[in-house]
Amino acid sequence: MENALLNVEGINVYYGAIHAIKDVSFHVNEGEIVTLIGANGAGKTTTLQTISGLLRSKTGSITFEGKEIQHISPDKLVSHGLAQVPEGRRVFLQMSVEENLEMGAYTQPPAGVPQDLEMVFSLFPRLKERRRQVAGTLSGGEQQMLAMGRALMSHPRLLMLDEPSMGLAPILVEQIFEIIRDLNKQGSTILLVEQNAQMALSVAHRGYVLETGKVVTTGTGEELIRSPEIKKAYLGG
Amino acid sequence: MDLLTLLDYLIRGLSLGSIYAIIALGYTMVYGIAKMLNFAHGDVIMVGGYICFFTMSGLSSTFAEGSMAAAVVPALAGVVLSMVVCTVLGVVIEGLAYKPLRQAPSLAVLITAIGVSYFLQNAALLLWSSSPKYFSPIVGSGQLKVGPLTISHVTLVTIVACVIIMLALTSFTGRTKMGKAMRAVSEDKGAAQLMGINVNRTISMTFAIGSALAAIAGVLLCSAYPTLTPTTGSMPGIKAFTAAVFGGIGSIPGALLGGLLLGVIEIFAGAYISTQLSTAVVFGVLIIVLLVKPAGLLGKTVREKV
Repeated sequence: MENALLNVEGINVYYGAIHAIKDVSFHVNEGEIVTLIGANGAGKTTTLQTISGLLRSKTGSITFEGKEIQHISPDKLVSHGLAQVPEGRRVFLQMSVEENLEMGAYTQPPAGVPQDLEMVFSLFPRLKERRRQVAGTLSGGEQQMLAMGRALMSHPRLLMLDEPSMGLAPILVEQIFEIIRDLNKQGSTILLVEQNAQMALSVAHRGYVLETGKVVTTGTGEELIRSPEIKKAYLGG
Repeated sequence: MDLLTLLDYLIRGLSLGSIYAIIALGYTMVYGIAKMLNFAHGDVIMVGGYICFFTMSGLSSTFAEGSMAAAVVPALAGVVLSMVVCTVLGVVIEGLAYKPLRQAPSLAVLITAIGVSYFLQNAALLLWSSSPKYFSPIVGSGQLKVGPLTISHVTLVTIVACVIIMLALTSFTGRTKMGKAMRAVSEDKGAAQLMGINVNRTISMTFAIGSALAAIAGVLLCSAYPTLTPTTGSMPGIKAFTAAVFGGIGSIPGALLGGLLLGVIEIFAGAYISTQLSTAVVFGVLIIVLLVKPAGLLGKTVREKV
C-alpha cells in the first residue's frame, strides 16, 4: 500500500517479556475511516501508542505520507499532521475549555488560533457555551467533544481516536459517532480504535479485527458487520 | 500587647513570609511539573547570596563613596548576576542530575536531590570557606517612618518584591503560551506531549524560573539576615518547603499563602511564646494543618470524571 496516508508494516511490540503486538500490518488511505476492533487486551491501544511514538516496535515500519515516523519523538509528530485523542480523553481538567483548545493548537502559528477556535465551536456548540469553564466541570460526553476539538486544533492529516465511546451513555455514543461521520465527510481521515464494534463498523469504510496482538480478519465495514464469526465474537450473536 | 507592636510584628512576619513564599514558589512549581522535591533548592539560594555578595563587594570600590551610582550599580549588578548564575545552575543541575532519572523511582530522585544539596554546600565550603561573610543589604540600612511605625527599607522591598513576583507568575501561567503549556505538563505529561509540547524543555524552563526566584530570595534573605555561610540556605529552604506543603504543594497561590502564614507565625511565636521555640511552633502548626487537611490549605484533590 504505497500510496496510503498511514502504512503500518509488520510491527512487533513487547512489554518486557510479553509479546503484545505480533506482526501487525494495516493501512489507512486518505479520506477513509478505518477501525481497529477487538476485545479488551487485543492490542488496539498498544498499536495506537506505537504509531504515536509512546511505544516502540522492534521490527517493521510505520510510514506516514511516505515518510518513516518511528524515530520521531511523540511531541514532534503533531507538526507532521498526526493527532491523537487518547483513551479516557485526558483533557486538562484544571484548565478552561478554551485553554484546552489552545493547547491543541500549541504547534500552530498563533495568528490562526481564533479562527480555529470558531471552527471547533461551530462543530461543538456546547463547548462554546462553556468556553470559560474549567474542563473538570464538563460531563463525560462534553469532555470527549473537547478532546476531539483539541485534536482538531492542530489541523491533523490523520485523526486517531482511542475508544471515544468509552464510559458514555448510549445516546452520547450515537452523537459522538455522528460527529465522527461528519468530520470524515468534511475531509478528515480517521483511525478509530473501538471496543464497541457495532458502532465502529457502522461508520468505518474498512476494519481490522485484532485478537491477542494479531490481525485476524480484515474487510469493509459492511463485510465485517455481516460476517458470522464477527457477529458471534463481537456483536453479541 | 499594644497595637503598634502587634502591627510591627505583623509587618516583620509578612516580610519573612515573603522570602519563604518566593522560595516556596520554586519548590512548588518544580514539584507541580516534575513531581519531585528538589531539596537542593535551598542551596541555590545560598549560591545566589554569595554571587551577589562578591559582585557587590567587588564593585563597591569602583564608585565614589556616597554617590548615587555607588548605591545603585553594585546592588543591581549583584541581583542580576546572581539571577543569571542561579538560572544556569538550576538548569545544569536538572540536566545532569535529575533528567537521567526521569523514569526512575521517586525515591532515587529524592536521594539524588539530597546529594546535590550536600554537593553544593561542600563546594561552597571549598570555594568560599566556612568563615561567614557579612552581607550589606542591597537597599542600604535606611528606614521609613509611617506615623509612629518604623519599617526598614529591606522589609519594604521584600514585601514589594514578593507581590511583583506573584503578579508576574500569575500572568505568566495564566496568559502566556509557555505558561499554559507548563500547567498542561503539570496536569498530564502524556497528554501534553500529544499536543506537541516538549516536556523536557518545559521542565528545564521551570527549573530556570524557580532558580532565578531562588536567587532573588537569597539576596533578600541575606539583606534581612546578613550572615552568609555555606549552610545559609538549608534552614530557610526546609521552612519554605514546609510552607509549600502547608499551602498545598503544586499550587502557586498556596505557596504564597503558606509562606506568608509561616513567616507571621514564626515571628509571633518568637515574640509571644519563645524565640527558641518559634521553629517548633511553625512545624507544630504544619502537623496540625496536615492532619486536618492532608492536601494543604489550597491543595486540590482532583476527582477524575468517567
